[in-house]
Amino acid sequence: MKVLVPIKRVVDYNVKIRVKADQTGVDLANVKMSMNPFDEIAVEEAVRLKEAGTAEEVIVVSIGPQQAQETIRTALAMGADRGILVKTDDRVEPLNVAKILKGVVEAESPELVILGKQAIDDDANQTGQMLAALLGWGQGTFAASIDKQDGKLDVVREIDGGTQTVRVSLPAIVTADLRLNEPRYASLPNIMKAKKKPIDEKAPADFGGDTTARLTVLKVTEPPEREAGIKVESVAELVSKLKNEEGVL
Amino acid sequence: MATLLVAEHSNAALNDATAKALTAAAAIGGDVDVLVAGADCGAAADAASKLAGVAKVLVADDPIYAKQVAEPMAALIAGLAAGYDAILAPATTNGKNYMPRVAAMLDVAQISDIISVEGPDTFSRPIYAGNAIEHVQSGDAKKVITVRTASFAAAGEGGSAAIEATAVGDNPGVSEFVGEELTKSDRPDLTAAKIIISGGRGMQNGENFEMLDKIADKLGAAVGASRAAVDAGFVPNDYQVGQTGKIVAPELYIAVGISGAIQHLAGMKDSKVIVAINKDEEAPIFQVADYGLVADLFTAVPELDAELGKVGY
Repeated sequence: MKVLVPIKRVVDYNVKIRVKADQTGVDLANVKMSMNPFDEIAVEEAVRLKEAGTAEEVIVVSIGPQQAQETIRTALAMGADRGILVKTDDRVEPLNVAKILKGVVEAESPELVILGKQAIDDDANQTGQMLAALLGWGQGTFAASIDKQDGKLDVVREIDGGTQTVRVSLPAIVTADLRLNEPRYASLPNIMKAKKKPIDEKAPADFGGDTTARLTVLKVTEPPEREAGIKVESVAELVSKLKNEEGVL
Repeated sequence: MATLLVAEHSNAALNDATAKALTAAAAIGGDVDVLVAGADCGAAADAASKLAGVAKVLVADDPIYAKQVAEPMAALIAGLAAGYDAILAPATTNGKNYMPRVAAMLDVAQISDIISVEGPDTFSRPIYAGNAIEHVQSGDAKKVITVRTASFAAAGEGGSAAIEATAVGDNPGVSEFVGEELTKSDRPDLTAAKIIISGGRGMQNGENFEMLDKIADKLGAAVGASRAAVDAGFVPNDYQVGQTGKIVAPELYIAVGISGAIQHLAGMKDSKVIVAINKDEEAPIFQVADYGLVADLFTAVPELDAELGKVGY
């Protein structure tokens, strides 16, 4: 089976972001960018499927600026076979991403698409579910483990009260949660090898998509600051404050 | 203007998340109908009809909705969309699962995890793990929205809305529920609890969480954990409070042995009162705590247990 993994270039998760003073967005100048952590987990899962002989080919696709090519190279160094860069400098909303990916799916005919459950920049948590809807496929979101049976996929999902298992027909969409696996670090020889792997450069229109926004970002603001409180000297003082001053006990 | 709110429930009972999301739905303006889709979910529908401000409760009672599997849920909701200007659901793992599917079926954007309603088409939502707030205006005729319930007070009771059966939608037949493993606990849900006591890596192992369990039982509190404690295998995944776990806003949050990574703060910094117990006085958790106690948790937690006893717990 062929596995498609869409990946996004985002601000590195270790970066403390700053809201621009004019409230037009978050300052991305000279900020370290990396692959979205949930997408790394998705790439790892696809590569493991290939290593187990379940998948024959792993294709990664990224929609974004020219530099997203570096993100694709990272995935190729982890073990993906080839990449597709759908180049655009626009802000692309999840619905547009899903529509472009639908075009990629139609061109490549994968049997499984694994995505990160959400990107850590816009925290939308939408693309996988939207792609599933557009294709009419089943979805196993927030996956903690996946197991392929004949023609079906059992997905253990992380839900509010514990875990849930659903069986989806293939082809299907899976979105990766934190504990699906621990992504590998690419080795130096694999990083060198990845430089020779092919990356196709395309435009959104090549897959029947566009980047027309539905939402207007009016402004981006700082979250309300929480003031540090006081240090108490003892547990007795703490309980007294909580009971008598705050009334929460 | 009319709004459809999709209820979160367990068939037998309505989840508190529904009453909180109702407050967001009411803020948009116009009538709010509540959809209860489940199996033998009459009790949940009754509870929804009693919420103040509900115009009508629609009930889709069928085994295909028993576990809120996304594909039939989305088909049902999209089928009802014609009568509504906005469709909301709480941003629970269920709502997050089926709502984007609904949005794509309707060819509209989804606005995820709203924390305020600024107008009928304008909302704010956290981005970058809550380190920035995005204020967005929707250009779509129909709005599909998930609600961060910790940001809204629960609507009260006192309503008596009519309950109407609605036709069962298609089952696309591409998925089926196989089973579930739910953490058994007599304590309140993390997202509904008024008091939460959470442990971090400083707890050292799973057995030590029993100290927190004891206090939780005294206070009627829920027990949570940081990602570090979950990753270390001390407690199950669904204990996790944080950006990728549960977002909570209780009256009192007690963080024990938690350093306060940004990821964790994103999940609890809207709590009314935050207490931190940590032996490292430089721990970032103290920067958001109303009351900090620099102490070894293995002495402080038993002391807390004893002090609570003295004040009647």
